Amino acid sequence: MGLTTETVLTKVGEFLGDGLISSNESFGMLAINVVASRNFELIEFLKSDPILKMTFLTDLTGTHYPDKPGAEFEVVYHMHNLVDNYRLRIKCALPVTNPEIRSVVPLFSAANFMERETYDFFGIIFTGHPNLKRILNVDEMDYFPMRKEYPLEDGTRTDKEDKYFGR
Amino acid sequence: MTEVKSDIKIVKEPEGIKGEGYFLTSLDKVMNLARSNSIWPLPFATSCCGIEFMAVMASNYDLARFGSEKLSFSPRQADLLMVMGTIAKKMGPVLKQTYIQMAEPRWVIAVGACASSGGIFDTYSVLQGIDKVIPVDVYVPGCPPRPEQILDGFMKIQDIVRNEKLRRRSMPEYKELLNSYGIE
Repeated sequence: MGLTTETVLTKVGEFLGDGLISSNESFGMLAINVVASRNFELIEFLKSDPILKMTFLTDLTGTHYPDKPGAEFEVVYHMHNLVDNYRLRIKCALPVTNPEIRSVVPLFSAANFMERETYDFFGIIFTGHPNLKRILNVDEMDYFPMRKEYPLEDGTRTDKEDKYFGR
Repeated sequence: MTEVKSDIKIVKEPEGIKGEGYFLTSLDKVMNLARSNSIWPLPFATSCCGIEFMAVMASNYDLARFGSEKLSFSPRQADLLMVMGTIAKKMGPVLKQTYIQMAEPRWVIAVGACASSGGIFDTYSVLQGIDKVIPVDVYVPGCPPRPEQILDGFMKIQDIVRNEKLRRRSMPEYKELLNSYGIE
């Protein structure tokens, strides 16, 4: 028998206690909101637990919700149990004033580039990361382009006339 | 013996004085005639416009008709830099370096909307036209342009080469143009 959502929720709830804020299931995939300060130990637990066996970090990314005070940023981890083919999303909310979270590079080397990318686009600081610098954008860039406070359009554009774009 | 017919066209000679065993004309006309019919392009193809360029090079459109069968993948031997496709900001310094490595005289053609102005990619990561980093001689519109349009742009380059003054590259205006791009 494969892993069930109930088992995962129970085990994570036992491990985290108050650290588990909420959970919901959409499109058959469980998502849990957890306290950001406990991200490392949770992922370590998910990886090493003999039943959960989430040994694969599929994805690591960030999101920006400027209208949520105190929880503007979210770091999202996608975990995968390859034996039972069970996937789990973990979300950690961070405030814009102090967007810092512990790096999971010691657990998954794959997180190295993905954390650099998240830093590059959102400015989220991953403490303990061995080489936290820009990875995709030019080194001289002085802002974090995926933050919603910055315009998507490039300021150096010269051939677009505002009247054709309703501005 | 059957008659052998040939439809090979040879470039017309420039204006000059002809006589038995000699032909007299100005040096720049001869040089530009040679240059314009043996342009070695460096294809800087980064996306779909590059695919159109492959059609231009292939037998149907056949860029070799214009004396450009030799693509130079080394900028040192290239005369014409053909920039085809979206240039990301991170690619900008690479493009500029390629241009600097080319020997004079050198020409640049921006093929397609992205190379000319950034195209639909009005966004933080894309260079808004290659003329932000290097001077451009001919712009070819289109997204992507048809091979005919690329050929037309190429023939415009040939016109420019044919009519260029021999001393243009040592004129102060030209140096000023390069300096405005921070080259030399």
